[in-house]
Amino acid sequence: MSFDLATIWAAIIAFAVLAYVVMDGFDLGTGILMPFFRKRDERDLLTTTVAPVWDGNETWLVLGGGGLMAAFPVVYATVLPALYMPVILMLLSLIFRGVALEFRWRSEIRRGWDTGFFAGSLVAAFMQGIALGALVQGIRIEDGQYAGGWWDWLTPFSLVTGIALVIGYALLGATWLNLKTEGPVQARARRLAAPTTIAMIAAIAIVSLWTPFINRVYFERWFGWPTAFFSALVPLAVIACAFWLWIGLDRKKHLQPFLAALGLFVLSYAGLGISFYPYMVPGALTIEEAAAPESSLRFLLVGALVLIPIILAYTAYAYWVFRGKVDLSEGYH
Amino acid sequence: MTFLGLTAEMLARIQFGFTVSFHFVFPAFSIGTACYLATLNALWLWKRDPAYLRLFDYWKTIFAVAFAMGVVSGIVMSYQFGTNWSVLSEKAGAIIGPLMGYEVLTAFFLEAGFLGIMLFGRKRVGDGLHMVAVCMVALGTLISATWITSANSWLHTPAGFSRDAAGHFLPEDWWAIIFNPSFPYRVTHTVLAALLTTSFVIGGVGAFHLLKNANNRQARIMFSMAMWMAAIVTPIQIFAGDQHGLNTLEHQPQKIAAIEGDYETHEDGMPLILFGIPDDSAEETHAAIEIPRLGSVILRHSWDKTIRGLKEWPRDERPPALPVFFTFRIMVGIGFLMLAIGLWSLYARYRGTFYENRLLQKVVIAASPSGFIAVLAGWYTTEIGRQPYTVYGLLRTSDSLSPVSAPAVGASLIAFILVYFAVFGAGVFYLLKLMRRPPETGDDHDLKEGPLRSSGITPGPGEATGENDQ
Repeated sequence: MSFDLATIWAAIIAFAVLAYVVMDGFDLGTGILMPFFRKRDERDLLTTTVAPVWDGNETWLVLGGGGLMAAFPVVYATVLPALYMPVILMLLSLIFRGVALEFRWRSEIRRGWDTGFFAGSLVAAFMQGIALGALVQGIRIEDGQYAGGWWDWLTPFSLVTGIALVIGYALLGATWLNLKTEGPVQARARRLAAPTTIAMIAAIAIVSLWTPFINRVYFERWFGWPTAFFSALVPLAVIACAFWLWIGLDRKKHLQPFLAALGLFVLSYAGLGISFYPYMVPGALTIEEAAAPESSLRFLLVGALVLIPIILAYTAYAYWVFRGKVDLSEGYH
Repeated sequence: MTFLGLTAEMLARIQFGFTVSFHFVFPAFSIGTACYLATLNALWLWKRDPAYLRLFDYWKTIFAVAFAMGVVSGIVMSYQFGTNWSVLSEKAGAIIGPLMGYEVLTAFFLEAGFLGIMLFGRKRVGDGLHMVAVCMVALGTLISATWITSANSWLHTPAGFSRDAAGHFLPEDWWAIIFNPSFPYRVTHTVLAALLTTSFVIGGVGAFHLLKNANNRQARIMFSMAMWMAAIVTPIQIFAGDQHGLNTLEHQPQKIAAIEGDYETHEDGMPLILFGIPDDSAEETHAAIEIPRLGSVILRHSWDKTIRGLKEWPRDERPPALPVFFTFRIMVGIGFLMLAIGLWSLYARYRGTFYENRLLQKVVIAASPSGFIAVLAGWYTTEIGRQPYTVYGLLRTSDSLSPVSAPAVGASLIAFILVYFAVFGAGVFYLLKLMRRPPETGDDHDLKEGPLRSSGITPGPGEATGENDQ
């Protein structure tokens, strides 16, 4: 493993996508759980937990896209046409849920926008999961352009990964609400988190057992030596994390379940990383092949290395400012 | 394969134009509004006049709604290059990608990171840090405009690159790429346009509430601030636009020829065609109303220097003259309309009738959306004027397209149109609803709850309610 520019960039983009998944994950998850909270003040509370942070969370998605175009133009230019429909549906859903958060406070039809927030969150999460599954399956590329069909992304496997991500986001949302709210809303979020945890572990198991049989590369990576050592570690860590989550819910802890849910995401993501490396697009483009000219990588890396820590610092500060239980009097009224 | 008789290329161009037009109006408005909010907040901290705080809270909610729409429509843009224009992305991504990457790193995170504190955090962080957050949001909008305009300018006036055998654009000199020849002109023109657009909206809202209640202090303040802005910035903008035009003549002469509707090269000075109907197939402008030599005077600052007409270029290297001819005239017309309103407002101030002149206020209300129309018209002029290229003179639009089929682009275009009209139609409705609220009480909770944490000033009984509350 050499730490050249391309590998560093692959790591940065992987980090941006992970940051997106965990941060927007809990706010998409909050939207997915909307139907379980029927009263108006409960919904006000739900949306107020994410109001100060949602645009910042979604900016990581823009960084993922922008970084991909800058550092791996050929990946950006082949993956997006390959995932044309799920990507467009995801974007349209994100529009709905984003504006619903702002519009609901100004509207006579608050319930209608809440439905938009729920539906948009659900569809966006589902499409992201489908896109992930399609990417794991691999994409047909010839001469630096996508060469597959319109429906290649739609397979039983990608549908399962779609459902898995919806469940995962719902778990993040439930543990987030458990962290940020009090009283009946918190109690219900905690009750929702338990079955969601079981569903998430089941989903992780199904996807993990299915993946090695999709492509020989994964199979050899997972069951070949020495990498099998790492791929054995990940499931053990997942079990430990799930156990820690369960204990946290059982003991009515506020922060522990959320951290454990984040841990599950990070571990699943690491498992994917082990499977993908050294490919950017499995079976089609390696990190080296797909990298932009060195000048581009170097130019943007200077900024990324200086700015990403700063971004993380002020993002953390913003979260810190709005720490603790959410206070309804601070929203829009 | 076509869809409703349109090719995939045409559909993708319509889709890009449609989504970017919708997107563009929100940042244009956000840039100006963020700067206005920073000004209001500074005035509140400096003068401790509650009118400024009320105005801040009033425009803050409007900004939040507009900003959200800018964010979500912007996410679409960041993926649109890949979905529909994958060849352009693959060939030029190594150059425009890093510019947009810097936009995300230096601007988007800054705006989004501090927006929450700006909207909800005054009491939690205190006045000082809150002011920092407001300034960071405003700075973010300006930095964002700078990077994205740089990337767009590079497509118009590419510089600082080489090309490999496969036609990839390779960066050679980042300084030359960022500060490409049209960038300084374009960014100045764009940012001034954003400030003007917002000032006419603020002026219109102020005028609307003045007509209802001539004594509303907040309405008087915003109307006055907006009209100062209009009077001062419009002449500067007209000058900046003229300079931008000269720069375009130097680097994209076909675009200027199309804007002017001139197919012929005039040896003895070019006329200015005020109005006409350019006809690309007949290569002439019908029903032209001309002023002799004025074209040369404006563009070459001389009586008889020549300007090349469209016939100087092969047909397949010309932009379509009809749309840019009209969009340019709409933009310039609105510019001079703004100038007239600005001068009128100065005259009314001089006469001492500024707050009483109901006709002026009605005209400003009517003109309040004019900035958006001008911004879009100018955008169409420059972008359609870049045709038939995406990277000017080097990569044709027809060669930039993804391997997508027309029905797929058509279906997604219909989905975009339906969603955008529904969502952004509702958004504009809510914005207008917010702007209809009289700007007096806003939410005065900060004042009602006694001393602000960092200032320790308890507003006196008269101040807390303002002078003119009904």
